[in-house]
Amino acid sequence: MKPYLSIENLTQKFPDGAGGELTVFENATFGVEKGEFVVILGHSGCGKSTIMNILAGLADPTSGVVVMDGQEVKGPSLDRGVVFQNYSLLPWLSTLKNVSFGVAARHPEWTKAQVAEHSTKFLAMVGLEGDVIRRKPSQLSGGMRQRVSIARAFANHPKLLLLDEPFGALDALTRGTIQDELLKIWGQMEQTVFMITHDIDEAILLADRILLMTNGPQARVAESVEITIPRPRNRTEIVEHPNYYAIRNHLVQFLGKRSKELSGQPTEPGQSNKPTTVRIDKTDPQDDPEDKRPALRAVNS
Amino acid sequence: MFTLSLNQRAALLSVVILLVGLLVWEAAIPAQKAVGELTEYEILTGGGQPKAGVPAPSQVLVKAWEQLSDPFYDAGPNDKGIGIQIGYSIYRVLTGYFLAALVAIPLGFLIGMSPVAYKALNPFIQVLRPISPLAWMPLALFIIGDSEASAIFVIFICSIWPMLINTAFGVAGVREDWVNVARTHELGAFKTAFLVILPAAAPTIVTGMRISIGIAWLVIVAAEMLVGGTGIGYYVWNEWNNLDLTSVVFSILMIGVVGMMLDSMFAYLQRRVTYVE
Ligand SMILES: Nc1ncnc2c1ncn2[C@@H]1O[C@H](COP(=O)(O)OP(=O)(O)OP(=O)(O)O)[C@@H](O)[C@H]1O
Ligand SMILES: [Mg+2]
Repeated sequence: MKPYLSIENLTQKFPDGAGGELTVFENATFGVEKGEFVVILGHSGCGKSTIMNILAGLADPTSGVVVMDGQEVKGPSLDRGVVFQNYSLLPWLSTLKNVSFGVAARHPEWTKAQVAEHSTKFLAMVGLEGDVIRRKPSQLSGGMRQRVSIARAFANHPKLLLLDEPFGALDALTRGTIQDELLKIWGQMEQTVFMITHDIDEAILLADRILLMTNGPQARVAESVEITIPRPRNRTEIVEHPNYYAIRNHLVQFLGKRSKELSGQPTEPGQSNKPTTVRIDKTDPQDDPEDKRPALRAVNS
Repeated sequence: MFTLSLNQRAALLSVVILLVGLLVWEAAIPAQKAVGELTEYEILTGGGQPKAGVPAPSQVLVKAWEQLSDPFYDAGPNDKGIGIQIGYSIYRVLTGYFLAALVAIPLGFLIGMSPVAYKALNPFIQVLRPISPLAWMPLALFIIGDSEASAIFVIFICSIWPMLINTAFGVAGVREDWVNVARTHELGAFKTAFLVILPAAAPTIVTGMRISIGIAWLVIVAAEMLVGGTGIGYYVWNEWNNLDLTSVVFSILMIGVVGMMLDSMFAYLQRRVTYVE
């Protein structure tokens, strides 16, 4: 049985500017289940945004396919909402219009008042209310722009939400609020979320599963780490969970060391390129002492 | 001691320059008049009227008052009010200009969107663009026949290029991110063009339109001198033939004023469509 979102042998090559080719990643293969919250972690330049553009249908991979809900992704769709890394707001529209133009596209049958009301609601949800929503994006701070872009994507209730470092420009306080909102919406709407971040703690707080990418070029999605911390999670409480630091250490280890060691290894033909599943659970009574470092064992196998 | 704002100081300086300029001009005129005693020839050719010679600003002012107090009188083919003449010129400019916009903007869109169209049409544009619009006049007169339509054609041909090139340039330069926003919202081609590409490229397009209207206004004067009949260009030439230099100077000023008004309309439009990224 195929997963809800299935990424199969995705390869992306770009001209390297010197007449040759640059392989960003090769034969990336992984799946995302319906309703799952998956976060992808990796160093800058490993190809996260490129993968996301392909998932969104905005770019075609050099080879490989993406299948969502049994249908091949061939182009962009309202079912896949995107929060772009650089916000991509339309600078000639007001904040409200930037959101409502998407809502109007989603619900052509709605009246103007309905569209405006719905948009205002989602802007308020990310903390933008009153006069601010009549301003142009150029008159907003970086964090405010990012929030408009988040509101625009959330307001459309896409089946798959693609988030490219959506909280990067936000201060810790706003970031926390919007993370909570995201979890709330995700909980209510049966949405599937695929998110890129650089922030390990954010990834652990939000994700069901974290995909780890090795460094580029020829990056791979090397591991899939399950976050064995029950929901609802709370920023202050999860750090006390016995699994928290074990998972965190594993991620830090990977990003600090192994992402480099594992990079640049092309897969041999025929070899499966699926990420190794890593499950770290110290609360599991079946864990024997040897399993204290399951991550390493999994990789060595 | 009170201080003036930057604008106030500039305005004051402008007025001073104007007054000094007018005074120098006014002072320079009588001397010249003394030299220019009328010859018999001048008397015979009608130059014997008091208007002959470079006028003093005061004379121009009187002329302006006279003309502007009744701008629309019509006393036969060679004697129409300045308002009527300018009206003709503006009518030709706007007709030729809007026809050009009707062609240039859609075509510019096509060229901007399609690299094939760009490469295919570029050689034609590069050859046709540097041709002086007046060089088309004989051909236009021959093919179209009608002098009125030929003048409009000349305006059409001179205003098309800046609009075409700027539209193509603006459309091609629309940030891919914005187009991607349209794509993820499943906007059709039509909506993408009107909701995203047009507003994104509008500042560049309007700049092209502003350059075009400026060129069109420059060219209409020359074109009307050639085709004759009506219009401010014809009026200037006609008054020169009458040796009525006061009218010539007055109409030169009017050409400037109308040109400035046309330009400021587009400056206003430009401010409306400009956005900050
Ligand atoms: N259109 C393109 N042409 C050529 N190379 C490209 C193109 N787009 C991306 N790349 C290259 O692909 C690699 C991956 O880029 P990508 O934007 O996906 O990185 P990323 O993982 O999102 O990084 P970051 O965390 O900094 O956003 C980079 O080396 C980049 O130079
Ligand atoms: Mg990126």
